[in-house]
Amino acid sequence: MSEVNSDKEKRKIKSEKKMRDIMTAYYIDAKMARQNNKKVAWITSGGPVEPLIAMDVIPVYPENHGAMIGASKMGVDLCEKAESMGYSNDLCSYARSDISCATVNGGPIGGLPEPDMLVCCNNICGTVLKWYEVQARYFNIPLFIFDTPFCHTEYTKEAKRYVERQIEEYVAFLEGACGRKMDQDRMKDVGRISFEGQKLWQEVLDTAVHKPSPMTAFDAFFHLALIVTLRGTQQTIDYYQGLLAEMKDRIHAGIGAIPREQYRLLWDNLPIWYRMKWLSQKFAEHDACLVADTYTSAWCGAMKYIDENKFLDSMAEAYSRIYLNIGVDEMAKMVIAMIDKYQVDGFVLHSNRSCKPYSLGQFDIQRIVEKERNIPCLMIEADMVDERSFSESQVSTRIDAFMEIIKDRKRT
Amino acid sequence: MFGKRRNIALLIPNMLACVHKTGKPQISGWEGNAMDTMTEFREVVDQPYAYLQKLKGQTGKKMVGYVCSYTPEEILLAAGAHPVRFFGTKEQIHLADSHLQSYSCSIVRGVLEEGLSGRIGFLDGMIFPHTCDSIQRLSDIWRMNIPFGFHLDLVLPVKLNTSSARDYMTDVLRKFQNDVGRALGVNITDDDLQKAIGTMNAIRQSIRDLYEIRSQYPHLLSGADLYTLVRASMMMDRERLAGMLAETAVKMKAKAAGEKPDASLKRIILVGGMCNHPDIYPLIEKAGGAVVWDDFCTGARYFTELVAGGDDPVAGIAERLIRRVVCPAKHAGLDRRAKHILRLVREHNARGVIFLLFKFCDPHAFDYPDIRKSMDEAGIPVLLLEMEDPLPGEGQLKTRFEAFLEMV
Repeated sequence: MSEVNSDKEKRKIKSEKKMRDIMTAYYIDAKMARQNNKKVAWITSGGPVEPLIAMDVIPVYPENHGAMIGASKMGVDLCEKAESMGYSNDLCSYARSDISCATVNGGPIGGLPEPDMLVCCNNICGTVLKWYEVQARYFNIPLFIFDTPFCHTEYTKEAKRYVERQIEEYVAFLEGACGRKMDQDRMKDVGRISFEGQKLWQEVLDTAVHKPSPMTAFDAFFHLALIVTLRGTQQTIDYYQGLLAEMKDRIHAGIGAIPREQYRLLWDNLPIWYRMKWLSQKFAEHDACLVADTYTSAWCGAMKYIDENKFLDSMAEAYSRIYLNIGVDEMAKMVIAMIDKYQVDGFVLHSNRSCKPYSLGQFDIQRIVEKERNIPCLMIEADMVDERSFSESQVSTRIDAFMEIIKDRKRT
Repeated sequence: MFGKRRNIALLIPNMLACVHKTGKPQISGWEGNAMDTMTEFREVVDQPYAYLQKLKGQTGKKMVGYVCSYTPEEILLAAGAHPVRFFGTKEQIHLADSHLQSYSCSIVRGVLEEGLSGRIGFLDGMIFPHTCDSIQRLSDIWRMNIPFGFHLDLVLPVKLNTSSARDYMTDVLRKFQNDVGRALGVNITDDDLQKAIGTMNAIRQSIRDLYEIRSQYPHLLSGADLYTLVRASMMMDRERLAGMLAETAVKMKAKAAGEKPDASLKRIILVGGMCNHPDIYPLIEKAGGAVVWDDFCTGARYFTELVAGGDDPVAGIAERLIRRVVCPAKHAGLDRRAKHILRLVREHNARGVIFLLFKFCDPHAFDYPDIRKSMDEAGIPVLLLEMEDPLPGEGQLKTRFEAFLEMV
């Protein structure tokens, strides 16, 4: 038993505690915003947060909150509450739990701090537009919509002009809401820090290329929180530098994320927040490590479009071309590139009822992967927050069958 | 292409006559040539592919499909093409199941089914305006899997109430004009566009006239007939259609001249994405109701607003798309839709609103609680009917409509 415990302790990522402390301090700070004369903006996870940081507005992420609600298994209760308010149970479970949570201040942290403004960027879905409309009516506060035309096959010059103009509008919106001009030097610093943070986050994810991988996608889902919520702050850089050093130490010491890494897998779509531990144990029992995922890399996947010295200008394209705002064939190409980079033996797709832009098209991506890389694929039907859409016994059986196929392939 | 269920009332219009309480024999207001006109509309709606293939053979026009009422049909017409709206499928869905999960709506799955089955292989192209998350992915899946015809995305703005969005709307329509021209190998001139605008304005005005007449004298024009007429309008040769609709509107006006409104009818407004089940109209009518207006994208949202005259036809088309009644997948303000529906209720003196909510239609499902609240505050009764495919049995629907109409 003590051997098991010491092995567990050895594999535990030590930075985790620091991360929890930072997130706790962040939420306390956000909840105290009123007392400290600070403004709070609710913003979508793919939204341009850097101008908020530059204006000293505290960004709060209902989607991060949704993830916490899911992870603490409070999703069903809040989703049901939203359904009693008239919202269909087919709607996004992040949206449902956030909409109802705002009215009862429930959930794991007693509700989010009340917003002074809302910033909605539709580069992740059309759902956020409707969700933020609901919240703008409920709180009766200004809503800024950052409309990033979908890049099915290209980022057109028409879209470029439109999105660039919206950056000016966004800055004007914030200046109006805060009653002061934006400090351009500060904005440049924040832009550089954001870029630096994205680079570091990518480097952290890159360590999973090593065999055995020092981290799993489940770890990435957890450590992701800072690049989402505090992108553009020095704190994020400091944290990811520490995490990166820890990952490198693990590689040197030969410490893998799971005891016996025999098989390497790639994950697609959002996590199933309420079954993270169960899934990670389930795969570990099969000696399978989920080394990478398409989700956490979305926050550093558009770096090639950013000019760190002209952040504000170049962010138009970067925010328009993130993973979910591109065509299915383009997504498939990125999946194939990850399969090669991380040298995975199988591909697990979470077909997520809550997220149509992420999930519709997965069948085609699966076919492309099977054809071009000939690796086994498994599709799990579930939902990121609403446990009612999850059948543990069914998923368990399917994972077992999938792992048998992978083991067979590896043997031959 | 349409709801699976055949509408028996459509095929036997006289059946509807017995439900009207005016004492006079009615054949839904159609007489003489008007009857032939209605027959033609019905044939198009019942056998759309036969009609379209015949039209293509006779005229040589390129057939271009689309899936959203924000498609600028004027630009397609100006290119000499024939625009065709798709609404789903009449057939069982099985091919689309290997591309789309069960939680995408029946319209999106149905349209893909028609493409994959090759039943609409006569199409020369397909247009995908940016609408909702599901249609956005349908576009990708179509482009990657459908071998026939060209494929074009029209990535419209999602917000409509800023000047940059307005400029982008014009920019992107100009790009679309070029894309369509290139795909069809034609040069689309301003003159072509002005002519197409004239045709589409005439069509929209006539449908609007018919809606107005129906609102005043619902007993003259059954819901199922108007449904057929509007559906046919999105598939028929637009030149011929413009003439037929104008003539029909004139005849209906003449017919209405000697009429008195039937005060016994309970006036209802339908709200939702679209209605693929025409059999609900006779059920509402039999329960003593009359649909006097709607907020459907295959209804009033399609024909409201005309393109204003001006030197720049594309800017005119863009302006119409900005001003027209908004779809919930777009943003034109926080209370635009609730206010619009309230206004419809007042203008048309309606006594209740029936929501037809397509299962898995996120934009409408998000709007429903807020619109419901506005209706509740104004004391307007609301019935929510979730449209699953297939619909609940006729008996169950009849009971729900009767109970609702009893209450209003």
